[in-house]
Amino acid sequence: MAVLGRQRGRIEGVGARALSGLRYAGGMALLLGEAARWTFRGLFSPKVRFSWHAVAEQVVRVGLRSVAIVALVQVFIGVILALQMTPPLEPWGQVDKVANIIGVAGFRMLGPIITAVVLSGFAGASIAAELGTMVVAEEIEALEATALNPVRFLVVPRVLATFVVVLLLTVLADWMIALGGYIASLIIHAAPAGYWMRMREQLLYRDFVTGLVQAGVFGILISLIACHEGLKVRGGAEGVGRATTMTVVYSIVAIIAAAAVFTAIFYVFEL
Amino acid sequence: MIDASDNQVTADEPVIRVVDLVKRFDERAVLDGVGLTVALGETMVVMGGSGCGKSTLLRHMIGSMWPDEGHVELFGEDLSEMTDERLDQARKRFGILFQSGALFNSMTVGENVALPLEEHTDLDADTIDIIVRIKLELVGLREAMDLMPAEISGGMKKRAGLARAIALDPEILFYDEPSAGLDPVTSAEIDQLIMDLSGKLGVTSVVVTHEMDSAFRIADRMAMLDAGRMLKVARRAEFEAIRDGAATGEETTDLIRQFLRGDSQGPITARRLSGDYERDILGAAGSA
Repeated sequence: MAVLGRQRGRIEGVGARALSGLRYAGGMALLLGEAARWTFRGLFSPKVRFSWHAVAEQVVRVGLRSVAIVALVQVFIGVILALQMTPPLEPWGQVDKVANIIGVAGFRMLGPIITAVVLSGFAGASIAAELGTMVVAEEIEALEATALNPVRFLVVPRVLATFVVVLLLTVLADWMIALGGYIASLIIHAAPAGYWMRMREQLLYRDFVTGLVQAGVFGILISLIACHEGLKVRGGAEGVGRATTMTVVYSIVAIIAAAAVFTAIFYVFEL
Repeated sequence: MIDASDNQVTADEPVIRVVDLVKRFDERAVLDGVGLTVALGETMVVMGGSGCGKSTLLRHMIGSMWPDEGHVELFGEDLSEMTDERLDQARKRFGILFQSGALFNSMTVGENVALPLEEHTDLDADTIDIIVRIKLELVGLREAMDLMPAEISGGMKKRAGLARAIALDPEILFYDEPSAGLDPVTSAEIDQLIMDLSGKLGVTSVVVTHEMDSAFRIADRMAMLDAGRMLKVARRAEFEAIRDGAATGEETTDLIRQFLRGDSQGPITARRLSGDYERDILGAAGSA
């Protein structure tokens, strides 16, 4: 079959996109590998220094600012869930099941996923902007020239910090969603009595743990995407702006996609 | 700080040897077979117009870019053959002053200078503090130790960058446009610092610049780069003779002469004016 020039252009376009997608994934994988190698060497090799201080600094920077926002957003999520579920459950006399549903939905999925989305805006964008600005100001080159590896010096503390922060915030988020549901139940008199008891009866440890596992992966994804975008900035302030935008966009896509994969895995293995 | 295994260079061997360096960006050769040697203790000034490839050359010498052809030897060892660890060892033996100073903006001036010492030596905090003060005093910035980079002027940033570059007592110092964007007095001060470091500490220096006053002040030898090719490498006196002499009619010499004198007419501008002007104009009409 003859391929027309116009068609070839389109086919090439698809190919080019696929290639650039692969290249991006490859770049991320390389960065992950490098970061893992330096973390490992930092922890176990006496020759490579590992700065807990730098990690702690980033935890404070990334984490503290996000606490209030995450709490607020998650309370709203709880309120929304309770308000939306009550009317359809009412005719069946099942309003008290709101607690059970919020428990499972919050701990398994909404806690980690909404926290990660908020963090991609908070931590991800600020990491990308910071590293991007450092690239523009020749600071990354200066680091390398001082024999300081940017991955060890900048990426590792940020990835570890985001990982820790997203775990801590997810624990907080889980309870805030539950609290939001309780508040809504109180206000609309939808069986608030026994709310906490029913939630506790419903929840299994694995609901909590699978949520945390996902949260940890989301944290690594966000920070890696942010570092990758930040370090590949070219072309001044405009490039920094683009890096922050793309960090948030790619992070959210990656979070949702990873959540889908996790859900499928948990479904297959009945976790 | 320096391993016993590190190569020591004797006086008659070059510290830096650049051999037939070729670097292409998108098929366009930015460096096209460049060669250069720098001897122990000398100050080499690399000159050339904007976009002639001098910063690219510098980046190859510090191992932050890799050549398409040819190679760069530092202390007798090929940079591209080094492992990462070996390269980092070599990097501890040279310092770089970047065009913008490239201070780490999240740290104070003092912390910037302390960073290489903290990361690469086992010195305790008090000793590091003393060394930092000495280095800052050397560049006349002791009082700015606790200021953030955003709080100091461009000239101070460069001096702070220089203090950081000499923190580990390097054997080679690279300077990327050290006097660009500075007022004449500050620029002369930086030149004086470069000469002091080379004179008092015996540091080998490579300076990339297009500021001719500064170049003639500090250079032992000079190299003229043009459109990715090395036109001439010679002692300063030879370049002074070209600058002060009359036009010879020989193209390369006249090109260098125009650059050194900063004349508005000569081979450089003639080259820009001729070329594809007609084709550009008529070509646009022809394809329409």
